[in-house]
Amino acid sequence: MKSGSNLEKVLEAGHFAFTGELGPPRGTNAEEVRKKAQFLKGNVDSVNITDNQTAVVRMSSWAASLILISEGLEPNFQMVCRDRNRLAMQSDILGAYAHGIKNMLCLSGDHQKFGDHPQGLGVFDIDSMQLINMVKEMRDEGKFLGGADIEDPPKIFIGAASNPFAEPVDFRVHRLAKKIAAGADFIQTQCIYNMDRFRIFMKQAVDMGLTEKCYILAGVTPMKSVGMARYMANSVPGMDVPDSLIKRLKDAGKGKIAEEGIKFALEQIEEFKEMEGVAGVHLMAIEWEHKVPEIAERAGVLPRPTF
Amino acid sequence: MIVAKRKPFEEIKEMLKGYKKVLNVGCGTCVAVCLAGGEKEVDVLNIELDMAGKLDENPIELGAMTIERQCDREYLEALDPLVDDYDAILSMACGAGIQFLAERYPHKPIFPAVDTTFIGVNQGVGWYEERCRSCGSCVLGLTGGICPVTMCAKGLYNGPCGGTNKGSCEIDKDQPCAWYLIYERLSRQGRLDNILKFSPATDWQNQIPRTLIQPGYKKSEEV
Amino acid sequence: MYLLRAIQKGADGVYVVGCLEGTCHYNEGNFRASERVKHVQMLLEEVGLEGDRVRMYNLSSGEGPTFAAYAKEMTEHIRKLGPNRLNK
Repeated sequence: MKSGSNLEKVLEAGHFAFTGELGPPRGTNAEEVRKKAQFLKGNVDSVNITDNQTAVVRMSSWAASLILISEGLEPNFQMVCRDRNRLAMQSDILGAYAHGIKNMLCLSGDHQKFGDHPQGLGVFDIDSMQLINMVKEMRDEGKFLGGADIEDPPKIFIGAASNPFAEPVDFRVHRLAKKIAAGADFIQTQCIYNMDRFRIFMKQAVDMGLTEKCYILAGVTPMKSVGMARYMANSVPGMDVPDSLIKRLKDAGKGKIAEEGIKFALEQIEEFKEMEGVAGVHLMAIEWEHKVPEIAERAGVLPRPTF
Repeated sequence: MIVAKRKPFEEIKEMLKGYKKVLNVGCGTCVAVCLAGGEKEVDVLNIELDMAGKLDENPIELGAMTIERQCDREYLEALDPLVDDYDAILSMACGAGIQFLAERYPHKPIFPAVDTTFIGVNQGVGWYEERCRSCGSCVLGLTGGICPVTMCAKGLYNGPCGGTNKGSCEIDKDQPCAWYLIYERLSRQGRLDNILKFSPATDWQNQIPRTLIQPGYKKSEEV
Repeated sequence: MYLLRAIQKGADGVYVVGCLEGTCHYNEGNFRASERVKHVQMLLEEVGLEGDRVRMYNLSSGEGPTFAAYAKEMTEHIRKLGPNRLNK
């Protein structure tokens, strides 16, 4: 065991993992975090806590992670390279681990231009690849990036993101390989809608032996409306939403579109359970946390294993 | 070259408020080439200041002098006999030139007439693009001659991120993704191996003011 | 620059005449000139003068009457604007 986190135990034991996501509030309301957490409790193995997602200021990721721990859930602490330099990153990692945080997801972060402080300085002292490697060196070698020894190194289960769909598509599996070589223990992918492309990507990953070195969780976000599908297709960089899916949602007819979106997500989950190399699903139900119990139930992933 | 942009007229006017006699010093190298602070731009600005001063019934007496380079003592010297005749100096050089000028005449108020913008290239008359951030540890050999520090909005060393948008950067459809270009170029050159390797964290060289003495040019007493 | 200087020296108006668009012997010469005239208009506005004291007209070398018409139009226009305030 690298970290002994619940997520690591689930994956290590060979269970099909099921993780969720929670966005901290744009204010100080801890109750809101607790409320959202209740929808996820018992239904997922670990909950990603986003770090100033879309470059909008929110309650800090580690702080919201602590609220989750106090509610009896396991957080997956997300950290982006946009907002901190290497000193702040390492000290936050030490502090987070001291408070019981055992999973991390290492990301570059959306550019600040998208958020509520477009005038801000983007730090990007190190990039996501270097962050992954830094956490690994901290854990396995007990060394800070600067080379000094760490007393009682943090034992973090290291996560990274992968987008199988963004251009140049041919390079994506190689970048995945790079992240694994840098130290990623598990991968959570971008939301998947183009299943054909994802099958190719997974086959490449399996053929390269990557799935033996790392757990890959497939990203799923149910579509709530045709508008959301169109927005994702046209306005979210690096997102691949096939026209056939938009048509399918449209054809479902008024009042039934959200249900059709969930049905598509459930079909995806069924396929992922059987797909070679896929170790689980990461469910990103954006501002739809209350639907998670229903989706988990219908996906047949309950009850979640306990250790 | 170093590319600069003339400051808005209002800002320059505001800085010069209260000064009656101002020497406007142009620079004949980078900022002249990029049409921001050479002889012609000095004349245009002076005409503007002159007209505005007359309209406001608050005339300024203006001098003009463009020297080859303000970042070089050898050329600054030509200003020595002029400076004391003026209350203030306006400089149209880049930030480096302006500071060297200010250092030479520490008793004179010095004002910048341009904003130094970037190190860039000439894409056409009056059209410039940034190419270098002078990070101090060049990786162009690995990246096919395309700078990820400058051209990637996140300055990634291990790109491309997941935000590439059909070859564009996530910040703007008109901004090409640096790492997409790097990938394409290295792929055509058969050198993709370069970016399959992990690039470790950069040792930033531009966090403190830098001094450089080229080998063989140390002053004898320092040897 | 010459345009600016003319106004500085007290001209009430200046107009630039270039070839018809697309027929310039120097290919882009007239387009560039028109951009420069726009720039000078902006500079005059910044200073506090009327940018419209400077204008650009396009015609071919065989258009005597049009030239005269433009000249008349410009004169009328500048009359309306009144004298250059730098001439007080």
